[in-house]
Amino acid sequence: MEKFSTHTGIGTPLRVSNVDTDQIIPAVYLKRVSRTGFEDGLFASWRADPSFILNVEPFDRGSVLVAGSDFGTGSSREHAVWALMDYGFRVVISSRFGEIFKGNSSKAGLLAATVEHSDVELLWKKIESRPGMELTVDLGAKTITAEDLVVRFEVDDYTRWRLMEGLDDIGLTLRHADDIDAYETTRPSHKPTTV
Amino acid sequence: MGRTLAEKVWDQHVVRHGEGQEPDLLYIDLHLVHEVTSPQAFDGLRMAGRPVRRPDLTVATEDHNVPTIDIDKPIADETSATQVSTLRRNVEEFGVRLYPMGDLNQGIVHMIGPELGLTQPGTTVVCGDSHTSTHGAFGALAFGIGTSEVEHVLATQTLPLRPFKTMAIEIDGALRPGVTSKDVILAVIAQIGTGGGAGYVLEYRGEAVRAMSMEARMTMCNMSIEAGGRAGMIAPDETTFDYLHDRPHAPQGAEWETALDAWRQLRTDDDAEFDTVVHIDASTLTPFVTWGTNPGQGVPLGDEVPDPEQIADEDKAASARKALAYMDLTPGTKLRDIAVDTVFLGSCTNARIEDLRAAADVMRGNHVADSVRMLVVPGSMKVKAQAEQEGLDAVFTEAGAEWRSAGCSMCLGMNPDQLEPGQRCASTSNRNFEGRQGKGGRTHLVSPLVAAATAVRGTLSSPEDLTPSVLTIA
Ligand code: SF4
Repeated sequence: MEKFSTHTGIGTPLRVSNVDTDQIIPAVYLKRVSRTGFEDGLFASWRADPSFILNVEPFDRGSVLVAGSDFGTGSSREHAVWALMDYGFRVVISSRFGEIFKGNSSKAGLLAATVEHSDVELLWKKIESRPGMELTVDLGAKTITAEDLVVRFEVDDYTRWRLMEGLDDIGLTLRHADDIDAYETTRPSHKPTTV
Repeated sequence: MGRTLAEKVWDQHVVRHGEGQEPDLLYIDLHLVHEVTSPQAFDGLRMAGRPVRRPDLTVATEDHNVPTIDIDKPIADETSATQVSTLRRNVEEFGVRLYPMGDLNQGIVHMIGPELGLTQPGTTVVCGDSHTSTHGAFGALAFGIGTSEVEHVLATQTLPLRPFKTMAIEIDGALRPGVTSKDVILAVIAQIGTGGGAGYVLEYRGEAVRAMSMEARMTMCNMSIEAGGRAGMIAPDETTFDYLHDRPHAPQGAEWETALDAWRQLRTDDDAEFDTVVHIDASTLTPFVTWGTNPGQGVPLGDEVPDPEQIADEDKAASARKALAYMDLTPGTKLRDIAVDTVFLGSCTNARIEDLRAAADVMRGNHVADSVRMLVVPGSMKVKAQAEQEGLDAVFTEAGAEWRSAGCSMCLGMNPDQLEPGQRCASTSNRNFEGRQGKGGRTHLVSPLVAAATAVRGTLSSPEDLTPSVLTIA
């Protein structure tokens, strides 16, 4: 997983609340056998509408999604996070996230930044006042900067540390590779092998 | 204080104790892989540039998607074909051994581990499939995992795991003839409920368990998951050792003796305490079948379809009402009067050689009812070969049943073997969920003996309903 310290990219306002994972990526897009390439499933049913925000220049090139409350509720599909990242998002901002979605995000390296809903409103207005505006998300300082507007966000310390170190669950376990090596030397020789 | 079997196996696999909120990191002895839950895991490795840490502790097979006839022809369904070809590419790239369709050792993932002698007492076994609990029959700590965890195990051969609680299922007394371990586990689930085992590792104990063959024990452990358990286990004994002796991957020579010494320690200490204890009297059990749409909705075959209005618990009553509507059943109907149009003898629950022998003994000299289609699907190609050597295939085909090649088949609607909407099936598999065997299909979970007798009579039956009764041979 890539280390995350600061990210700067175009802000995309998604003025919708209660976006569940079925809306983020419908079930028919889950059949793929790869972990990449889910971008075409992202918000698939909404994207049929030409006025949907991801069909509007320059928001279609955004990497910071500013969404309404309760983003990512519903089914536990890991694909929802993969779809957002495959499309190009590195940060999702909302006043509240679905628990499992938040957990999945931290596994995959997507920053789910929780802010006050009033700040979501301010960010929306700011971005819409000058489409294409870049936001800077500073994970160390836990701030989001949009020109003169600075907003604080919350993320739990464990997730923040893992993201800043670029550690996925596997990366974390591999930090203990010495322990694994040591354990392996103690395994009885009668244990089976598949070869 | 003493330790339970599950705790002993856990203790032996701790690579590192977690600090604070961190879970313990456990070593995994055996990782079984199949085509459905592995593609994204391999892709994740590829993206991170990571190898499979221990290909020599990893093995793959093709089971969920495979057709069970015409297996020499290309798979017709495009998604199924892609999943299978993706697995083949992945194992090639990462150096994992695969038993592909057509191989003499191919079969349902939970069949081939034991058959190859890979599933051994005191090991930790994982697979991206919930019925991994099957392997617990050998005294292994075995459980199903998700795709992220599959990737984690491929990359590190370990898994961070939250601790579990322990539940003893004491099965006292002896089973009567015609009553199998499938009936026992269905009765257990009906008693403790489909959530009864949540958070627990179940250990099956007692006289009836000791008397069971490995095949019968696997059937019980297999369905631990239907009781909500994280895993099911049985302490290894001479029956276990006899089963494993001389299997291709079992320890050989001096290693065998060392292994036996270690395996004999694998039992719950007399002074160990379980968090919960459940008792079942085996001697009172009769064949058990399900009437509803979850595995806990079962009753003895001699009973009637229950009346939801008589169920005190409102949640259970509501779920019974919904189940009866889906199953198109009326309260008060005798289970023996329920006619089926399909019988499925197969799945990782009940498609081992002993299951086929038991069913064949019932079918011999009998014929499948005109109104019934019966599919007999050995769980592995090994079982298929063995059955053919014993002439069991002829017993089934002469009785009018279809004899197939190995795979998950009608256990789940993912391959060509599916129920049509409205069809009703007596199935030896493990899940009777709505649509599990095909959209709109209705499932009654049964033992192989009940499946065979039902195929002959066309209504849910046990061997003793046949004339002349073939009960004695069971
Ligand atoms: S036979 Fe059924 S339960 Fe067993 S692995 Fe296959 S699909 Fe799962």
